[in-house]
Amino acid sequence: MIPEAGLAALCLALALTLLQGTAGLLGAARHSAAWFAVAQRSAWLQTGLAMAAMAALALSFAQQDYSVRYVAAHASSALPLLYRLGAVWGGHEGSMLLWLTLLGCWSSVFALTMPRGPLSSAALGVLAVLSLGFLSYIIGVSNPFARLFPAPPDGSDLNPLLQDPGLIFHPPVLYMGYVGLAVPFALALAALLTSSRHGQPDISWAHLARPWNLMAWLWLGAGIAAGSYWAYYELGWGGWWFWDPVENASLMPWLIATALLHSLAVTQQRHMFGDWSVLLAIAGLALSLLGTFLVRSGVLTSVHAFAADPSRGIFILGLIAVMVGGALTIYAWRAHTLPRGRPLELLSRETLLLVNNVLLLAACAAVFLGTLYPLLMDVLHWGKISVGRPYFNAVFVPLLLPALILSGMASWTPWRGIPVRTWLRRARLPAAAALATGALVMLCGMPAVPFAAGLAAAIFTLILSGWSLLRHARQRLRPGLSYYGMQFAHMGLACFALGASVSGSFEVSEDVMLRPGGTMTLAGYTVRLQQVSQHTEKNHQALRAQVVFERHGHDVILVTEKRRYASGMVTTEAAIGWGLFRDLFVALGDDLGENGYSLHVAYKPLIRFIWGGAGLMIAGGALGFLGQRRARVRLAHEAPAKVAA
Amino acid sequence: MNRTHRRRLLGIALITGGLGIAALLSGLAFRKNLLFFFTPSQVAAGMAPPHSVFRMGGFVVPGTLRRQGLEATFNVAEGGHALPVSYHGLLPDLFKEGQGVVVKGRLDGSGGFTAEEVLAKHDENYQPPEVRHLRPDAGPVVSASKP
Repeated sequence: MIPEAGLAALCLALALTLLQGTAGLLGAARHSAAWFAVAQRSAWLQTGLAMAAMAALALSFAQQDYSVRYVAAHASSALPLLYRLGAVWGGHEGSMLLWLTLLGCWSSVFALTMPRGPLSSAALGVLAVLSLGFLSYIIGVSNPFARLFPAPPDGSDLNPLLQDPGLIFHPPVLYMGYVGLAVPFALALAALLTSSRHGQPDISWAHLARPWNLMAWLWLGAGIAAGSYWAYYELGWGGWWFWDPVENASLMPWLIATALLHSLAVTQQRHMFGDWSVLLAIAGLALSLLGTFLVRSGVLTSVHAFAADPSRGIFILGLIAVMVGGALTIYAWRAHTLPRGRPLELLSRETLLLVNNVLLLAACAAVFLGTLYPLLMDVLHWGKISVGRPYFNAVFVPLLLPALILSGMASWTPWRGIPVRTWLRRARLPAAAALATGALVMLCGMPAVPFAAGLAAAIFTLILSGWSLLRHARQRLRPGLSYYGMQFAHMGLACFALGASVSGSFEVSEDVMLRPGGTMTLAGYTVRLQQVSQHTEKNHQALRAQVVFERHGHDVILVTEKRRYASGMVTTEAAIGWGLFRDLFVALGDDLGENGYSLHVAYKPLIRFIWGGAGLMIAGGALGFLGQRRARVRLAHEAPAKVAA
Repeated sequence: MNRTHRRRLLGIALITGGLGIAALLSGLAFRKNLLFFFTPSQVAAGMAPPHSVFRMGGFVVPGTLRRQGLEATFNVAEGGHALPVSYHGLLPDLFKEGQGVVVKGRLDGSGGFTAEEVLAKHDENYQPPEVRHLRPDAGPVVSASKP
């Protein structure tokens, strides 16, 4: 009965979503607080019902109810409870339910914290339309509670690659980011719907949307960084980004959210880029829906299998078309009510942010092309192609290096502009230091130009940001948390660039065959295969190799495994000896006979800076979020005083 | 033309210039780095480029895998044609005779294929996308890919 209760909860949620949408839009049209309250409460109830449905699914997994098709397909009696619960979102139907529940959570917090008024009311209406789309999708074509007759005695287990603690928490984090972009989207549309043609152009939506977008950006970034780390330690061969369509699907909304983060700052501070921010908010949600479509419709696994049974994919595509088409129509109809642009000063923070937006958008377009063009070719039977790392690197590096340099310049460039000469005087030393480093690297005969450029840009930004922080500390300025957040995030980007360019250029890796006791040298280390042994574990056979990296009398002992599961699945457990400045990496290949084993060994300098930089960016974003909240609270306190005066 | 117009023109020029350069870069990089996919029978029909890198997919012919240290040779077949492939390095976890494989590399000029990369199945139920449709009786697609 539990699965049926779950489905009933979803049907009830559908009715409440309709109520939330109607009440929200009515509340906005009539400036009615009563309707707003109705929308607010139905959002809370609807979220509670979605959570109840999640709980029903989790309970079905916990009780191993294999008469539920979804449970039978994603669990087995041998699967530990933790992974059985993780399997709730391990497959298609469950992950869509997770989407819906998280959307409900965002809507509920939104309903709880936003000041009541037409803008919030309309935004709740827009969020309800989104929920409605996902609910009808789940109930219509992707029901996780569908029964299976006759019920199989046991399930067919969760994909072993997904049986990893990191992977249980990865999808919810990433989805929080995807779904969070719905809030700026809803606010942008609400601003279009409620702004009056004759009244004063209103930018309060930008005030409200900033912290929401920042929060979504944080989750999305954390999800991407965690996914990349998972690929690094779990997938085996030590890469950290594969330009895989699944990865690109999460990178595109992140790039747009980053652009929106910066353009909203301009909209809020200078009442400019209003149209632009609205369009970015629409694009952000469009790309996160597109990402869901790419990952969840099966179109990536096989275009043709997808074409044979496209009902789900068509539904998501239809949802994208309705949401984005509708949003753009509203934009075309109402855009003239938005604040108009003002002239830009040549060298001002506004201009830098404009260029930053152009670069991010171009980068996103390049990823879009590289991800979707091969699919399109395949669908139209024009041939099968793929674009790999070389394409993305060739496009991405020249677009993002200028963005990195700009991020360093931004902290020295005030709003409204600054004379070019003054600016040059300030940037003289860091620029010289950066150029000198770049030139030195080139002179030392180090490899590629992109590497030298990346290093120089990273140093330029680190110096400028660090210097700016120091100056503020020395002059006892109290710039607020948002300022520190910005500097940390920019320094994080620089650290990331440093890690990516150094590890990309100086990584040494080799495939070798060694016998136990045999040695090789790699990047100054003596690598010795100490011993190889066979082990029998509960559900797999393991071939275990002990490898010693030795340099200057220091030993690093790593143990790598090749596992053969009862199901026939084979996985490699790579071993990583990690350090702040370098990682040592070894993965066991095969038994090649005659007591020889193949090994993949690698030395990866500064690779930790990649995730360290990502962590710094996330910390910076969190500081910025706190700063924005504090500013809003202060604003709320000051507002009544102003009225009194 | 006053100051405001000049500034606005400058902004437009910046955007279009930036986007133009980006489009040019992407276009060039795209054309240079496109990798085409062929099957052994298409290669036999002379459709594959003789000197540049491409991807080829098919099934590893049982009984043809030979290994000598890190050197591996095996035949990849599809549609009645087979091509000998040679590779130096570690083979992926789920590389098996009789199963789907995608190799990236170039023709060696003497009827064989030199691979620089070998991709096999990610897990028991998953086939490389290009190979999946070659054999309609392949297992069900696993619905839980990396999200």
